[in-house]
Amino acid sequence: MSANSPGVAPFVSVLIALMLMLSTFAYAIDPLPFKDHAEELRFQALAKQLRCLVCQNESLADSNAPLAADLRRDVFEQIQAGKTDAEIKAWLTARYSDFVLYDPPLRPGTWLLWFGPLLVLIAGGAAIFGVVRRRAKAAALATAPARAASDVEDDW
Amino acid sequence: MSARYLPLAGFALVLALLGFGIYWSQKHDPREVPSPLIGKPAPQFSLPLLDDPSRKIGTAELAGQPYLLNVFASWCFACRDEHPILMSDGTRLGIKLVGFNYKDEPADAKRWIAQFGDPYDVTIADYAGDVAIDFGVTGAPETFLVDAKGIVRYKYISPITPEVIATELLPRISILKKEAGG
Repeated sequence: MSANSPGVAPFVSVLIALMLMLSTFAYAIDPLPFKDHAEELRFQALAKQLRCLVCQNESLADSNAPLAADLRRDVFEQIQAGKTDAEIKAWLTARYSDFVLYDPPLRPGTWLLWFGPLLVLIAGGAAIFGVVRRRAKAAALATAPARAASDVEDDW
Repeated sequence: MSARYLPLAGFALVLALLGFGIYWSQKHDPREVPSPLIGKPAPQFSLPLLDDPSRKIGTAELAGQPYLLNVFASWCFACRDEHPILMSDGTRLGIKLVGFNYKDEPADAKRWIAQFGDPYDVTIADYAGDVAIDFGVTGAPETFLVDAKGIVRYKYISPITPEVIATELLPRISILKKEAGG
């Protein structure tokens, strides 16, 4: 059975697709001397939550900008110094504002941002509920004797 | 007005929201990183002079009078647009202009200044870029206005133009001078 036979082709394309997917896990990582794999994972998880200030669509983990490399080194050094993720984030936001975080923090100034979609959902739900109830009432009245017909007209 | 216009009103609301978004994004650069340093003390630093690395200047030496810290580098194209403005209008500012050479080879920076002129009262070199990170610098050119007490009062990202000097810098500098006089 050759590789071109119909039985193998899907597997080959799936394999290629998988390899392409995995390539997104390649980071712009400088050779940092991690103590162990757990520390490296923690570093990468943290760097993925941080925005590169130069190429703003890239995370600190992905970016090749010199500033991103400097900041990765600073984050690494602070991990070595025993700082928690929250402390490292606070250190960065003190310099670069919340802009450096991909997830904006939850506080009064960002309530609308976090709960706005929920408000829109509630408003939309209420509107649909109202329309459905009105239509149901109208339908009930329409089947009722004709004396209610004029009321139905007014309703819409 | 009957309820049949309700969808139209909803549509108008969404349209107004989108219109406001476009209007807002044209007045404000969404990529501009706001500085959390405004109103806070400038980070402590002490950096070597570009001309004489054996001498250092920092927060301690600059304290007591307001100064404008201008981040520049020889590799920065936009700094080339800004530089002639600093050369021609720098003295109009009436305060100390501190050059902050950011992540630059000293030889390149010195050649750049020799070629285009030196508008700075003093130029410090941050080769590693550590102090720049403390200042929240994301690139060059960026400019910080620091008052006599060492508080960062204003930050401007991108090249300074004569308009920026007239509308943003000079009014703030005159306030700083009044504070110093009072």
